[in-house]
Amino acid sequence: MNKKFNKLYNILCVIFALIFIAAMIITVSALPNIGDATNPTNNEVSEKYLTDSSWETGSLNAVSGMILDYRAFDTLGESHVLFVATVAVFILLRRDEDSRKDLPTRCLNQSYEQAYDPILAKSLEFLIPAIFVFGIYVIANGHLSPGGGFSGGAIIGAAFILYLNAYGLESIERFCNSRTYLICSCCALLFYGLAKSYVFYVGANHLHSIIPVLADGSILASGLILPLNIAVGVVVSNTVYALYIMFRRGGFSR
Amino acid sequence: MNYLLNNLPEYSAVICFAIGFSILLLNRNMIKKILGLGIMDSSIYLFLAVKGYVAGTVAPIVTLAEQAAGVDTTLYTNPIPAGLVLTGIVVSVSVTAILLALTVKLHEEFGTLNIDEIIHMVREEDRRKE
Repeated sequence: MNKKFNKLYNILCVIFALIFIAAMIITVSALPNIGDATNPTNNEVSEKYLTDSSWETGSLNAVSGMILDYRAFDTLGESHVLFVATVAVFILLRRDEDSRKDLPTRCLNQSYEQAYDPILAKSLEFLIPAIFVFGIYVIANGHLSPGGGFSGGAIIGAAFILYLNAYGLESIERFCNSRTYLICSCCALLFYGLAKSYVFYVGANHLHSIIPVLADGSILASGLILPLNIAVGVVVSNTVYALYIMFRRGGFSR
Repeated sequence: MNYLLNNLPEYSAVICFAIGFSILLLNRNMIKKILGLGIMDSSIYLFLAVKGYVAGTVAPIVTLAEQAAGVDTTLYTNPIPAGLVLTGIVVSVSVTAILLALTVKLHEEFGTLNIDEIIHMVREEDRRKE
């Protein structure tokens, strides 16, 4: 009976998926053609961003200027979503000595620690500094070239994960433990929140900050965008590393 | 036929969405369900990203000379979908992380990832309590 029901369920699922595809393809074929400059999505809003963001915000990259200046609240929310997700995972997966005792034995027999690999360790001596420098470059040039806090932060987080796998937890926790995680994330989020919430007090359309906008294509050209990019990069790299370490062995060791 | 081929990336986004959705429905394994959710997310990004594309244009990074002389907007793609996709990626990463953490907890509790077996075990437990 149950097997028959499963078979029927599977067939119904496939039929449903096919009907869904057909209905959506009919809908999508009524949409305007891709790549047409006269499409309704390419309206005066994107025109405004493209023409004005380069001198109003000093950011040559229109996407950076958009997400960190005109729509900076959106990015503030994104950073907080990342932080809250990390905290939720931390609540679910944290293991201290007490909770370790209560766990079934099959969960304790897994070996989390990787054996020391001389090839990985030696090659990462050259690679890790290069990856860090590249990540910092991507963050710092977020307003001049493709990149920004999110991509650069992900690169730096990946470098942390590589370091952890090559040299072990003991060695990375000298400079990257739960305390530095908390201090860096909270400082970055607080700075971002304060830097942008002044808009509430001085009127909604206030684009200017204390830091001058030079708009000359240099690294300091875009005023507040560079510090905000760094804050986002710190939050993202912390999140990537913290999520990894939580799933690996249930939290920081100190 | 030409009419059908014009919106090809959007068709593939729709089909990817349906594939992800059927994975969500057909698989009993929680990890595979989460993977299906990831495929659905990615198809939405494809759909959004393709909405901002304008044929024959480049990424919206202006040059210094243009900044001084005034930007020619017909040379660049639409920057707004890029920002929207960024928001979507961040949210999907967070949701995936929380779902995976909950799955780890489920596995610790029941020793299996099969959702049918888990439901069965929960029902047995309830019956025993009664």
